[in-house]
Amino acid sequence: MYAYDELDRTIINERVDEFRDQVKRRLSGELTEDEFKMLRLQNGVYLQLHAYMLRVAIPYGTLSSAQLRQLAHVARRYDRGYGHFTTRQNIQYNWIKLAELPDALADLAEVGIHAMQTSGNNTRNVTSDQWAGVAPGEIEDPRIWSELLRQYTTLHPEFSFLPRKFKFAITASAHDRAAIKIHDIGLRLHKNAEGETGFEVLVGGGLGRTPFIAKTIKPFVHGHDLLSYVEAILRVYNQYGRRDNIYKARIKILVHELGIEKFAQEVEQEWLQMRDSALTLDDAVIEDIRSRFTYPAYQRLPHMPEELKKAAHDPHFEAWRKNSVALHKVQGYAIVTLSLKPVGGPPGDATADQMDAIADLADKYSFGEIRVGHEQNLALPHVARRDLPALWKALDKLGLATPNVNLVSDIIACPGLDYCSLANARSIPIAQELTRRFANHATADLIGRLHINISGCINACGHHHVGHIGILGVEKNGEEFYQITIGGRADENAELGTLIGPAVPYADVADVVEDIVEAYLALRARPDELFIDTVKRLGVEPFRERVYATR
Amino acid sequence: MTSPLEQKKIRLAGPSVVTANRTWDGIVIYRTARQDWSAKLSDAAVVRTSDEARALLAESVADDVGAVGAYVAPVELNDSGNIKPGNLRERIRLHGVTIDLPVPA
Repeated sequence: MYAYDELDRTIINERVDEFRDQVKRRLSGELTEDEFKMLRLQNGVYLQLHAYMLRVAIPYGTLSSAQLRQLAHVARRYDRGYGHFTTRQNIQYNWIKLAELPDALADLAEVGIHAMQTSGNNTRNVTSDQWAGVAPGEIEDPRIWSELLRQYTTLHPEFSFLPRKFKFAITASAHDRAAIKIHDIGLRLHKNAEGETGFEVLVGGGLGRTPFIAKTIKPFVHGHDLLSYVEAILRVYNQYGRRDNIYKARIKILVHELGIEKFAQEVEQEWLQMRDSALTLDDAVIEDIRSRFTYPAYQRLPHMPEELKKAAHDPHFEAWRKNSVALHKVQGYAIVTLSLKPVGGPPGDATADQMDAIADLADKYSFGEIRVGHEQNLALPHVARRDLPALWKALDKLGLATPNVNLVSDIIACPGLDYCSLANARSIPIAQELTRRFANHATADLIGRLHINISGCINACGHHHVGHIGILGVEKNGEEFYQITIGGRADENAELGTLIGPAVPYADVADVVEDIVEAYLALRARPDELFIDTVKRLGVEPFRERVYATR
Repeated sequence: MTSPLEQKKIRLAGPSVVTANRTWDGIVIYRTARQDWSAKLSDAAVVRTSDEARALLAESVADDVGAVGAYVAPVELNDSGNIKPGNLRERIRLHGVTIDLPVPA
C-alpha cells in the first residue's frame, strides 16, 4: 500500500470543500447547468438515464480494506447498496443524488479516496497491472511510477483542459494485464542493455469510434526522464490536438494523421528543450515514492502445504483454484482473483455487503489489501497458499468463487442502455444470458481462455474492439442490434477484432456466440489451441460461414 | 435509441413530451401543461407539432434550476389516451433498468 502524506490529504479535502460550494451554488441557481457541468465532470459526476453517476478513482487498482469498507459505506448510505467496478479501475455509483454528493465525497476523503479527474478533458486515473508488486518476473513494482504520474498529473494546470480525455496505463510484466496498447500513453517497464530501468513508451492507442493500437514512439526512456518525456508528448498533443471536432480530438487521431515518425520528431524537439529541467527525477524523489509503498512481512512458507494437498481432492475447489489462483513472487503465497461475474449477474457489480466481507477477508488473508483489475474483477494479492481452502469456502458463501476467471463467462460489459445516457443498446442482459448459456463449468473449461467484451455504444467502454469475441450494440430503426467481431485482444499482442458480418438482433446474440464457439471447438487444431489462436490461424471466414449460413 | 444528446433539430414523428432529470437528485421528470414538472409520464404535456415541441422545450430549458438536460422524447398514445414511452430508452427511463438490481429496491 502507498501511504498518502499531508499534502495529498489537504488536496482531497480542499477539493471536497470546493465542490460542496459549487453544488450549493448550483442548487440555488447561482450557477447554471452550463457553468456547472464542467465542474461536476472534473469531480467524476455524470448525468445518466435515471440519476447522477459518481465515478470514483482507485489509483492503479490498489485498495486497502479500510478504503473498500468506505466504498461499501457510500454504496449503502448514498446509493442503492452496490457499486460497479469499471474497465479503468474505477468504481461507479449509479443512483447518487447531487445534493448528497459532497457528503459522499467527504466520507471517501476520510480514507484518501476521491473522484478528481475521473471525467473531463484531463489526465484520468493512472491504471496499472492489478498484480503489480506481486507478479513473478516483474521488472519492478509499476505502481511506484504510476504514483509518480498520479502526483504529477493531478491538478496539473497545463493539462486540465486538454483537447480530450487522456489515459495512462503502466505494466512491468512481459504479459500485459493493464491493456497498455489501448491507452493514450502506454508504458512498459523494462531494462536496457546496461541494466538500467526505463520505459518503452507507446502512444496513440484507444478504442471508441476510431480504434487504434498504440505505437511505440520511443523504445527506451530512462526512469529519470519519464516526466519530462511524458510532458513533451502532452505539450505536442495540447498544441496540435483538434478542439473543433470531439470525434477527432483524441491523441490517437493526431498520431494517425501526422504519422508516428512525424509525431515522434515533434515530441523529440519539445523534449530537447526540457529534458534537463526541474522535471528530471533524481534518485531521491523516486526513492521517496518507493519508500512510501509498504509490503507485507511475508513468512517462509511451503509451496504445497498440507491444507492444499487435502483440498485438491475436492473437484469444486480444484476448478476454482485452476482459474482463480495465480503464482506469487514469494513462495508459499498466491494471488487470488475474485470473480465479479456470477452466472446471471451484472459483470463488475459488488454489493456493499460483499465489499465489507471482502475487506474482512483481505484483513484475514491478504494483509488488508485488495486489487481491482480492468477485467472488472477484484483480487487479493497476498494470500498464503495454506489459506486457499478456507478462503475459497468463504468466497463461495459470498457468491465470489465462480470458477470462471478468464473463461467464456468472465465477460467485460459496460452498463449499456440500462444506465448510460450515451448507449444505443443494452449490454448487461446480453452478458447475463451468455453466462447462463455457458454456466456448465465443464463446457467452459473445455473451451478454455476466451474473452467476450460487450459495449452498448461505439464509445467502447466495454472494450469490444479487443474482445476475443466483441459485441457492439447499435440501433437500427429503433431496435437493438449487435455487431460481432472476433480476433481482438488487449494484451502484449493487442489487436483489433474483425467484423464477421451484418449486425444481429438482440434475441440472436447468444445463439451467434454459441455458433462461434461451436465452430471454434470443431476447427481448433489441438485441445490446447486457444480461441484467439484458431482465429489467427484461420481468419474470420469459417466463423462467418457458420454464423450466417442459416441466417 | 440514438441518444437525445445528439438531438439537433426537432422533427416529430408522432406525439411527444419533454423530459429531463430533476436537478437535486437526478430522477426522471416530465414537463406538464401547468408549466412545472412531474415524475409521472401521465402528467406530461403532449405535443404534436414541431412548433409546439419547440415552445415546450424552450419553456423547460428556461427552468435551469429545477431540471437538467431537457429534450423532446417520443411517446405513444393508446385509444383511451394513456401515454406510453415511445422507445426502449424512454421505457427504461420510466420503468427502470431491465435487469434485477444486485440489491432489491
